[in-house]
Amino acid sequence: MQVSERWLREWVDPSTDTQHLAEVLTMAGLEVDSLSPAAPAFSNVVTAKITALDSHTEDGKYHVCQVDDGSGEPLTVVCAAGNVRAGMMTALARVGARLPGGTDIEAKTLHGVESTGMLCSFAELGLAEASEGIIELPEACDPGTDLHEYLKLDDTIIDIDLTPNRADCLSVQGLAREVSALLESPIDEVTSPTIEASTDTVFPVSIKAPEACARYVGRAITGVAGDTASPLWMQEKLRRSGLRAVNAVTDITNYVMLELGQPMHAFDLDKLDSGIVVRFARASESLHLLNGQEVALSADELVIADAESPLALAGIMGGERSCVGDQTHAVFLEAAWFHPRALAGIARRHGLHTDSSHRFERGVDPDLAHLAMQRATQLILEIAGGEAGPVVCEEDIARLPQTAEIELECSRAKDLLGIELSADEIEKLLVRLQCQVQRSGERLHVVPPGFRTDLAIEADLIEEIARLKGYEAIPLTYEESISLDTRGQVAHTRPFESMKQALVGSGYSEIISFSFVSQEMEALFNPEHQAKALENPISQELSVMRSSLWPGLVQAAMHNFNRQQERIRFFEHGLQFCQTPEGLLQRPVLAGLICGNCEPEQWGAAPREVDFYDLKGDVERLLEVARLPQDEFRVSPLEEPALHPGQAAKILHGDAMLARFGALHPHIQTVLEISQTVYLFELQLGEISQRLPEPVFRSLSKYPLIRRDLTLIVDEAVSAAEICSNIEQMQIPILQHVGIFSVYTGKGIKKGKKSISLGLILQEFSRTLTDKEVEQTITSIVSQLEHQVGAGMRS
Amino acid sequence: MTDLDSLEAAALGEIQTAQDADALDAVRVRYLGKKGVLTERLKTLGTLPSDERPSAGQQINRIKSSLQQAIAEKKSGFEQSDLQHRLGREALDVTLPGRRQDLGSLHPVTHTRIRIREYFERFGFSVEEGPEVEDEFHNFEALNIPAHHPARAMHDTFYFGDGMLLRTHTSSVQIRYMQHNSPPLRIIAPGRVYRCDSDPTHSPMFHQVEGLLVDEHTSFAHLKSMLVKFLQTFFEDEALQVRFRPSYFPFTEPSAEIDVAIPGSEPGNLRWLEILGCGMVHPAVFEQVGIDAKRYRGYAFGMGVERLAMLRYQIDDLRLFFENDLRFLKQFA
Repeated sequence: MQVSERWLREWVDPSTDTQHLAEVLTMAGLEVDSLSPAAPAFSNVVTAKITALDSHTEDGKYHVCQVDDGSGEPLTVVCAAGNVRAGMMTALARVGARLPGGTDIEAKTLHGVESTGMLCSFAELGLAEASEGIIELPEACDPGTDLHEYLKLDDTIIDIDLTPNRADCLSVQGLAREVSALLESPIDEVTSPTIEASTDTVFPVSIKAPEACARYVGRAITGVAGDTASPLWMQEKLRRSGLRAVNAVTDITNYVMLELGQPMHAFDLDKLDSGIVVRFARASESLHLLNGQEVALSADELVIADAESPLALAGIMGGERSCVGDQTHAVFLEAAWFHPRALAGIARRHGLHTDSSHRFERGVDPDLAHLAMQRATQLILEIAGGEAGPVVCEEDIARLPQTAEIELECSRAKDLLGIELSADEIEKLLVRLQCQVQRSGERLHVVPPGFRTDLAIEADLIEEIARLKGYEAIPLTYEESISLDTRGQVAHTRPFESMKQALVGSGYSEIISFSFVSQEMEALFNPEHQAKALENPISQELSVMRSSLWPGLVQAAMHNFNRQQERIRFFEHGLQFCQTPEGLLQRPVLAGLICGNCEPEQWGAAPREVDFYDLKGDVERLLEVARLPQDEFRVSPLEEPALHPGQAAKILHGDAMLARFGALHPHIQTVLEISQTVYLFELQLGEISQRLPEPVFRSLSKYPLIRRDLTLIVDEAVSAAEICSNIEQMQIPILQHVGIFSVYTGKGIKKGKKSISLGLILQEFSRTLTDKEVEQTITSIVSQLEHQVGAGMRS
Repeated sequence: MTDLDSLEAAALGEIQTAQDADALDAVRVRYLGKKGVLTERLKTLGTLPSDERPSAGQQINRIKSSLQQAIAEKKSGFEQSDLQHRLGREALDVTLPGRRQDLGSLHPVTHTRIRIREYFERFGFSVEEGPEVEDEFHNFEALNIPAHHPARAMHDTFYFGDGMLLRTHTSSVQIRYMQHNSPPLRIIAPGRVYRCDSDPTHSPMFHQVEGLLVDEHTSFAHLKSMLVKFLQTFFEDEALQVRFRPSYFPFTEPSAEIDVAIPGSEPGNLRWLEILGCGMVHPAVFEQVGIDAKRYRGYAFGMGVERLAMLRYQIDDLRLFFENDLRFLKQFA
C-alpha cells in the first residue's frame, strides 16, 4: 500500500514528523518499507503562460512560443510538443533550471532562434513514465509560481507492507483511522453529501448468487462527458498511490477506492443490455478483459453480466465491451460486496492481481458501498457533469459479515501477555480503536467497528491491546521452572551427527543440494522409477523429487571439476523420495561421493587414486560409528542401474539393506562427460537408527595372544567372504579375529588361482594356550578350507 | 717407581690414546682380560714372599679398579660422541608439511542448525522432524490457513497436483507433534522448506527452525525473554539490540516479527533486520489438534537458518549455500 503523506494528513494531522510517523506505523505492525519523495529533485521550474505562438523554425518542426513566466519580461522558447497552443498554461524550466537526471537548462540557439528556457512534460520532470506533449495546467493559475509549490510536490510517498489481516488499512481512510488510534490525534472523516437523484434513469440489478455477492449498489448517471480528464490534484494523488490517470470517470472510481477502500467499477451504460445480473459464469462462456486478455470462464467464477453476456469478472476486472472511454455519455456505477471466499484464487488462476481483487480477497467493509457510491457520484457530477439516477441496492443482509460481540476476560489478557493491565486501561485502548465496550467488572463485552473484519476472538483483541500499548512495554520474564519433556527422541539424531563428524575427519565436505532434480538426471540414475513430479516447478532443471542423493552429489562434483578441483569428497544428509506400491516413501539417507586421489597431494606419499575398497572402508567405518554389529552384516554384489555392475555392493542386516555403494556406471559417466571414476555410497538412516545398541563391556584377557599366518591358494572366483564365513562356521572359541593381510595373483601363482594370506589371532580368556592346541586349531582350519573351497597351502 | 706403577702408567696411556671402542676393548682385554697382564700378575701373587703378598695384592687391585674406571670413562665418551653423531644424522627439516588426510567440512547451514539446537536443548526443547512432501491439512489448514486465505498467496507453494505439496515451513511438524503428544510440550523442528520463488535473494529451497512451547503458564513475556536471550547467545553479543514488532501469522495471535540491529552501510549507523517470526499459539490451532486452549497456552517461533548463517559468517550471497563450491565449503571446517 502506497500512500501520499499529504493526503493522509488531510485526514489526520498528528504533530509528528515523517520519520516518526513511519516508525510509529512500523512498530504498530504496519511495516513501512520505504519513504520516498513525491517528485525527483528539480529546481527553477515555474508555471508559465504561452501568450503567443509566433511561427515555426526554419525546418518547420518547432514552435516558437512567446511565454510569460510572471517576471514581466516576455521570453521566447522553442518547443517541439504537439499540444502547444496560444493561451495554454504550462511549466517552464527557466534558464539556470536543473532537471531530474542533472540536465541544466541554458539559453541556446535552435534553428536560428534563441530559446531562453524549456517547456516541460511530466516525464521530463520525472512525474510520469511517459507523456504526450508538455504539461497542461488549469488556465486559472498565475504564471511564475514554483511548480513544487503549485503541485504540492513537497510530499513523501509512504510504502507500507501490509499484512493480509489488515484489509481495513488499504485506503487513506483506513490508515488515517489507524494513525488516529495510535497517536490519539483527531480524524477528519470524509462527509459526502447524499446526492439525490435528478433523473429517474434506473438500470435494474438482480443477484443470482447471493452467497458470493451479498450487496450490490448501482447507479446510472447520464449526460456525462466521457472525454473529460480528471483534475490535476486527483491525477497527482493517483500517481503518488501508484496509479495512472486514464479518464475522469475511471480515475474517480480509482480515487474513491484509494480514499475509502471500496473498489468500484463504471460501465458504459449505453453498451449494456436490459439489466445487471450477478451470477456464476456458465461453462463455455468467455470474457474479453480490459487488459486485452481473453479468459475462458468456469462455473465457480462470479461475473457481472447483462442480458447478453458477462461484462466483468466480479471484483477483479471489467471487460472491454462495456468499458468507459471518450465516447461515453452515460455510466452505470457499481459498488458491491463480494465474499472473500468467492473470489479466492480466481484472479491468480488467470494470472491477474488487481487493486480490486487484492481488497476483496482480504475483505472490504460492507458498509462502505453506499458511502462510496455517494462520494463517486459527487465527484463525477463535479468533474464530468451529468445527472444522477436513483441508487439501486440489492442485498441479502443475512449473508453479510456480522460484527459479533467478543467477550474479553481482563485476566486472560494479562496472563497471555505477561503484563500488568487494569480493566480501565484495556477499555481505553479498545475505545481508541473505535470498539464499543461494555464493562462488567473484569469482563468486557466488545463490539469491534465494522471495518475491522479481522477482530473475531478474544486473542485478536489481546493482540490489539499489546499493539497499542507497544510490544516494547511487555517485559522479559524468565521461566521459573522448566518442565522437561524426556519423550523427545533427541538420541536418534546423534549417531548421524557422529557419522557426519567421522566423514569430516576423513576429508569429506558436506553439501546441500536441491531436493528436486531434472527428469533427465532422475531417469539416468533410476530409469525404472516414476519420480514424483511437481505441478509448478521453477524450471525443468528442478522439476521432480529426487529418488536418491546421487544426482545432486554428481552435479556438485561436476561443478567443481569445472573449477579445476579433481580430488573431491562430498556427503549429503537428506530425504530421498521413492514411489512405491505403498505410496511415497520419504527416507532419510546419508550419501557420499569420492573421486581423485586418496590423499591430498603431498611430498611424503605417492599419489594413488581412490578405488572401490577406499569407498567400502569409509562405509564400514560409518557403520562402526553407528555401533552396528559388523559381524552380523552380509555384503553381497548389487545390481543397480547407476553403478558399475562389477563394482557395486550392498550391506545387508537380515532383510534390511543398510547401505549400497560402488563405482558410478561408465555409461552415466559418458553421458555426463565425466573423465574421472566416481564412487558413490548411500546409507539408509532409517534402518540404522532402529539398531543402536549401547556398548556392553567385555572383560579383558590377562593371557598372551598368539598369531598365526596362513597363506592359501584358491581359485580366483572364491570370495573373501566365502573363506571367512567358512572359518566362522567352525565356531572356534579361542579364535578371536581373522584378518586378510595380502591378496596376490601373478608370478609364482598358477593362472586362475590367487593367493590369500590370513592373520589368525588366538586367545583364551582363562589361561595361556598350549602349542598343541594352537597347532590343532590351525590344522582344522586348513582342512576345513581344503574341503569347502578347495584351498591349498602355499609351499 | 715400581714396575707395577709403570705398568699402570702404560695402561692408562693406552686407554687415553685408544681411537675407538674396539681399540679400547683391546686394551681392556690386554690388561684385564682372562689372560691379561694384571690378571696374570694376580695369578702369580702366590709366588711372592708371604709378607709382600698383601701389599702387592692391594696394589694390583687398586690398579685394576683405576683401569676399569678409566675404561668406563673413555667408553662413555665414545657413546656420547656416537649419540651426537647419530642425532646429527637423524635431524629432519621440521618445516616440511605433515603427512595427512585433509580435514573436510560441515555445511554452514549445519553449523548454524547445531548452534540453534544447542541453545534450545539447554531449555529442554527436543528435536523433531517431519515429512517434506506434506498434505494441505498439516501445512495449511491445521495452522488456521484455510483454502481461501490470502496468506496462502504469501507462501508461493510447490504443488504435486494430488493434494500434496512441499512444506512451506516446518510449522507442519508442530501440528504432527501436538496430534500425538499432550502438553507440556517443547520442541524445535529444523529442516528443509520450499517456496516457489527463485531470485538472488530467494531460493526455492531453504532451511527453517520452528519452535513450539505449550504449557500452563506461558506468556508473551516468556516468549520475549527466550528469544532475546537466544539472539544474544547466537550472536555472542549481550548488548545486541532486539525489537519486537507486531505482525501477522494465521497460526499465532498475538504475532510478532523480531528485528535485530546490525551495522548499517555507514559507520556508527544501525539498521533493523528482520530475523524471526513468532507469537502465541492461535486458539484455532489448539482446537485442530485437540489441546484445551482454556488450560494451555503456548508460543511458537520460526527462523530462517540461511539468514542467521549469512549474518554470522558474513556471507553475502544466498546462492552460495546451494552451489556446493569446494572453495566455499572448505571455509567452514
